[in-house]
Amino acid sequence: MMPLFAQVSSSGLSVEPHWYMALAAILFAIGAAGLLLRRNALVMFMSIELMLNAVNLTFVAADTGIGSIEGQISVLFVMVVAAAEVTVGLAIIVAVFRKRATASVDELSGLKG
Amino acid sequence: MDALIFLIIALPLAGFLTLLFFGKRIGEPLAGYLASATVGTSFVLAAISVLEFIRGDEHGRTVELFEWIPSLGLDATLLWDPLSAMMTLVVTGVGTLIHIYSIGYMHGDPRYGRFFTYLNLFIASMLILVLGANFGVLFIGWELVGLSSYLLISFWFEKPSAAAAGKKAFVVNRIGDFGFLIALMLIFANFGSLDFGHVFEEIHEHAGIISVGTATAITLLLLVGAAGKSAQLPLYVWLPDAMEGPTPVSALIHAATMVTAGVYMVARTGVLFELAPVSQGVVATVGALTALFAATIAMGQRDIKRVLAYSTISQLGYMFMGVGVLGLVGGVFHLVTHAFFKALLFLGAGSVIHAMAGEQDMDKMGGLRKKIPVTFATMMVAWLAISGIFPLSGFWSKDEILAIVFNRGGGYLLLWVIGLVTAGLTAFYMSRMMFLTFWGAPRWDDGVTPHESPPSMTLPLVVLAGLSAVGGLINTPWKPTLEHFLEPAFELVHQTHLPAGGTQVVLAIVSVGVGIVGILVAYQRYVRRDTQLEEGGIWDTLLAGYHVDDIYGRTIVAPGKAASEALAFTADAKVVDGGVNGLGALVKQVGGMMTRLQTGFVRSYGLGILAGAVGIIIWMLIAGGSLI
Repeated sequence: MMPLFAQVSSSGLSVEPHWYMALAAILFAIGAAGLLLRRNALVMFMSIELMLNAVNLTFVAADTGIGSIEGQISVLFVMVVAAAEVTVGLAIIVAVFRKRATASVDELSGLKG
Repeated sequence: MDALIFLIIALPLAGFLTLLFFGKRIGEPLAGYLASATVGTSFVLAAISVLEFIRGDEHGRTVELFEWIPSLGLDATLLWDPLSAMMTLVVTGVGTLIHIYSIGYMHGDPRYGRFFTYLNLFIASMLILVLGANFGVLFIGWELVGLSSYLLISFWFEKPSAAAAGKKAFVVNRIGDFGFLIALMLIFANFGSLDFGHVFEEIHEHAGIISVGTATAITLLLLVGAAGKSAQLPLYVWLPDAMEGPTPVSALIHAATMVTAGVYMVARTGVLFELAPVSQGVVATVGALTALFAATIAMGQRDIKRVLAYSTISQLGYMFMGVGVLGLVGGVFHLVTHAFFKALLFLGAGSVIHAMAGEQDMDKMGGLRKKIPVTFATMMVAWLAISGIFPLSGFWSKDEILAIVFNRGGGYLLLWVIGLVTAGLTAFYMSRMMFLTFWGAPRWDDGVTPHESPPSMTLPLVVLAGLSAVGGLINTPWKPTLEHFLEPAFELVHQTHLPAGGTQVVLAIVSVGVGIVGILVAYQRYVRRDTQLEEGGIWDTLLAGYHVDDIYGRTIVAPGKAASEALAFTADAKVVDGGVNGLGALVKQVGGMMTRLQTGFVRSYGLGILAGAVGIIIWMLIAGGSLI
């Protein structure tokens, strides 16, 4: 497997790794901002997905840079967990929406201390 | 034969367990028959087993049941020697009669089965006590006896006085047990064993194995225990109150058996007492003072059972005098005869109370001679026996003790004088009780028609009357059967013996004379002059038992209560609870403040997480990766 990545990096067409990092950072910041600023649970979910994928991007990019494979394995795990999380999360949101007719998380403050 | 010894205990125990679970279903009168049968069979087994001593081919042996506490070398072992055999015969013999008597006496009681459950438990406990081959088993029996005594005294617990009396007996006995327990620890510390045989052999074979001081400490602590159980000064106060229990209980426990446990224990540990002359003096003095003290109180009582209760305390004092001067046979002898005539007196009193429809005040009696002739005749025997009239049982045993005390000489002569005076007082107060109850004009309440008790009650009276009459013949000076019988049990003790024959006769004449004087004074006072129950002055003091209960109440109970209250309502409620509650309140308050962090808005949590993550990252940058 190692030669595959080596080939890509040596083709001269590749993008420098730090650009991937910068893109990932931007995506992550957008996701984080969306999570904090939006109230719609669905949008917040999408923001979380964005953050997760930003992390995935860093994993893959870093892997390519140092010629390792662990990051790619981690990405697979993240995707699986994210899929599971979305399933549960969406189910909760649907259930909440049916009960309250809103998806605004600010309305859901029943556990306030 | 070992199995027989085991069965002696096992039968009443089995009876107890059966009645405990099925007593109500078995009901009246079958529960009574069953209980009586178990104890009666135990008596027969004991009698069969005693034969081997009489044949002389056996001097005592131990029966090991099971290993109990291996780390202390303590086993559940029974000892079958003449002394324990004698006690077993008394306990099961008198016990059987009282069981039979109870069948009639407890007739119609709603807790009939429960009563016999307790009686069987008591007999089993007492047998464990007297048959134990080491202090451990003895102590178990000792405590179980205390428990069953508590249960029986407060049997009619609906009466507040009965409930209080049971509690009092238990608490006072605990004070004694406390001393007893410390004595056991001292014995174990010094001998490394609680086994009778081991401890006594050690003392016998290695002179000076324990110092006189240690022996004195052990024996005095044993005396504390014995004084509690056997109702001696200053721990006698529970016994008069114990009369709140049903009369057969008073007869069984508080006259014939349980209260003799202390005397038995001192006799059993005679080897230890021999090492400690001071303790001997203390035991004898406590006994003599108790005898005199209780006898004077008995003179002033109005309740027929309380007269007998104080009389019991007084007679137990005699036994302590006997074992205190190492006249162990004399003490045990009096224990046996006293079991006969005092059980008879109590059962007779029960029959009188039964006839008077529950009345116990002698002020309301009188003239019962003709109405209840069997009770009267049998009580006559007991009355003369306890007064020490020749040739009834009390004469022989009481005189033996007095003669031994006399023979000890020195300061003990003073105790002999006290004993002699007490003998006169005994004759006086017993006569007073008899005359007030059976002689004179009737002073009954309206509607009371005295009637003789049923045969199940009179039969034990007759049997006990026979024993009270001739029971003394088992140990006469010229044919000391009991002394020979008990010899193997006391072979390690140098006992005090009776004085020479001539002295004995003189002493006997003196003490019988004193007894007769007591009876005559009472006759003059209560029959000839028909004196009614006295009131005022010294009589009130006597009736109140010298106000000892009040004095204890003020000097011990009240401060104890105050201390308990201080501990409960100040130390515990304020300090301990305050500390715990304060800690709780603190946590609650802090928690309350922390809840403000929980806004319920997802965004604020998200911000928190983000801030935390950023914080960590910044710290990692500053720390330069040294975190990992």
